[in-house]
Amino acid sequence: MTQNSPVVTRRVRTRRKEVRLPFTREQVRLTEHPGIRAFRTKAWETYEVIPMPTTQDEAWRRTDIRGLPAESFRLPEEVVGLTGPEAPAHLKESPLGEELAGQLVLSLEEPVVARLDAALAEQGVIFTDLRTAEREYPDLLARLMGQVVKPVEGKFAALAQAMARGGALVYIPQGVHLDRALHVLLWGPVGRLAYFDHLILWLEAGAKATVVVEWASPDEPEEAMHVGAVELHVGEDADLTFVELQSWGTHMWNFTHERARVGRNARLNWILGAVGSKLTKSFMDIDLVEPGAEGYMSGFYFADDHQHMDHDTQQNHLAPHTTSDLLFKGAVKDAARSVWQGLIYVAPGAQGTDGYQANRNLVLNSGARADSIPGLEIMANQVRCTHGATVSRMDEEQIFYLRTRGLPRKEAERLLIEGFFAEILDRIPFEKIRERFRAGIDRKMGYGG
Amino acid sequence: MADTLEIRNLHARTEEREILKGVNLTIRKGEVHALMGPNGAGKSTLAYVLMGHPAYEVTEGEVFLNGTNILELEPEERAHAGLFLAFQYPVAVPGVTIANFLRAALNAKRQAQGLEEISILEFRKLLMDKMRLLKMDPAFAGRYVNDGFSGGEKKKAEILQMAVLEPEFAVLDETDSGLDIDALRIVAEGINALRGPERGFLIITHYKRILDYVRPDFVHVMVDGRIAASGGPELADQLEAKGYEGLLQAVAQ
Repeated sequence: MTQNSPVVTRRVRTRRKEVRLPFTREQVRLTEHPGIRAFRTKAWETYEVIPMPTTQDEAWRRTDIRGLPAESFRLPEEVVGLTGPEAPAHLKESPLGEELAGQLVLSLEEPVVARLDAALAEQGVIFTDLRTAEREYPDLLARLMGQVVKPVEGKFAALAQAMARGGALVYIPQGVHLDRALHVLLWGPVGRLAYFDHLILWLEAGAKATVVVEWASPDEPEEAMHVGAVELHVGEDADLTFVELQSWGTHMWNFTHERARVGRNARLNWILGAVGSKLTKSFMDIDLVEPGAEGYMSGFYFADDHQHMDHDTQQNHLAPHTTSDLLFKGAVKDAARSVWQGLIYVAPGAQGTDGYQANRNLVLNSGARADSIPGLEIMANQVRCTHGATVSRMDEEQIFYLRTRGLPRKEAERLLIEGFFAEILDRIPFEKIRERFRAGIDRKMGYGG
Repeated sequence: MADTLEIRNLHARTEEREILKGVNLTIRKGEVHALMGPNGAGKSTLAYVLMGHPAYEVTEGEVFLNGTNILELEPEERAHAGLFLAFQYPVAVPGVTIANFLRAALNAKRQAQGLEEISILEFRKLLMDKMRLLKMDPAFAGRYVNDGFSGGEKKKAEILQMAVLEPEFAVLDETDSGLDIDALRIVAEGINALRGPERGFLIITHYKRILDYVRPDFVHVMVDGRIAASGGPELADQLEAKGYEGLLQAVAQ
């Protein structure tokens, strides 16, 4: 296991609280295990100390959460006899169109489906929901939790880790290769609830896996909140492909802190697709902590109606001879707004860094807005870092060209959007996932269900 | 009238100025018309106006396609009615393959005609047939539309689109410009392969070169927004010999 590595944290200032969540220390699930108990207690204390972010904080400058109906949220266990619609069958199918090595479907924190190939279980692979992990692997869980995402990183990072009810533990022992993927579906079917989850994906040295995580819900009339912590550890020589699809209903306030730590000569391929939620603020960071570490990030977001999506990425080169490459593409429509802010950070002494980031945005109409804020912070002198950011409108000459071939405007726009995102879709190694992305585009463009 | 594209007294302008000042031209199916003329005469404007480009306003006149005035139609409706424009400068559509683009276009047309969608397999066969007809590499269909294409590839892609969409009338706007002699021959052969009694052509060009490969039935010379002279293929030869000035003086006398 890699030792604690330097982490770039965001500055947090003290300020008057505007948004007050109704949760209390008594609601923290401490469990019997002293390690888990200590961690969650500390996380709760950290949560209490950190002020609620406001637009005065640099990282939250473009995302205003004063409209969060914080007081109204309840925990699932506080609502007696709670049931919600089941996850639709198409989400429970393999998102890869092939046999899975394991699948977890979590609804209202309880696993509805939990299975893992027996052969992998025998090799020591752990693939289970958080509550089962607390009971069956408490020592391991206590050892891993908070190693990558620190509670001090932010109000919501601390809250997710203190209050976690849902989530999963995925542990791949040293040298174990999974030739088929693991799928986790986190289904949040009911409004007015607060969903807290904590996901840990831990690959020991030389391990290899593909993990697909989906967050989804129907659209509900009453607002809800999801707060998640996602910790990815890619040990020496390990290889992780992590695909996450965010399709929360448009009632969901979505806050996540996600961080990956990539070790010596290890490789992470991280792919995000985001089409859902009312408002999203996601921190997605890669720490390349040892020489030879490689981190690739591809992101796709499409916001319409009144959606607000804010993705905040960091590529932290914390050791020499590390490589990162990020491409995020987004579209905004109607009155939607997107924000991408990204930083390439090169630590002192991280010579031989190769870092790249690009963000491309397409604004479909004048009421929509996309902000793109790239950034470089380079403390070493032998590096190659480049970045690029664009925000553009639909090209009327392209639309005219397609129309002269018989495509109505709406169809022409759909095709152009699909083309715009093709570069990201091409990076996704699974046709079924590409289909889900395309279906998301089609829905936003007024086609399909 | 059936089987004709009839342009009557067409006037059109941009915000700044009037460009077309009364164009009259009738093309019957099976005929190939060449439209020549100096820079700025309004040839490309005519092509855009026929197709319904939003930058131009028609102030007078009509355009009948098989008896229907198409000036009220949207660009896609004109396409469905059987009109096609091969662009002088086709725009790139990154991320969209020629195959997907053409299937979407063909299906949009079929939908407008009340026909069922063409199946992927059927379409693939159709596309491969057309590519064979035009002597094109099948791998071409998998490339993104005009993205990173050479000048010759862009023009070939336009001809391929025409072959798949099978318009009744095709306007080719300087399809020969910027081509080397080999590319020109390939494009011209493509046009000839699509020539026939079921289709009329308006070939807009600066040079006689392409007309050596695609023999026109009629040649028109456009000057300052009007057709100044019309004739047979010999008009192109005179033009080559005398230039626009000389030809127009000769015509005036």
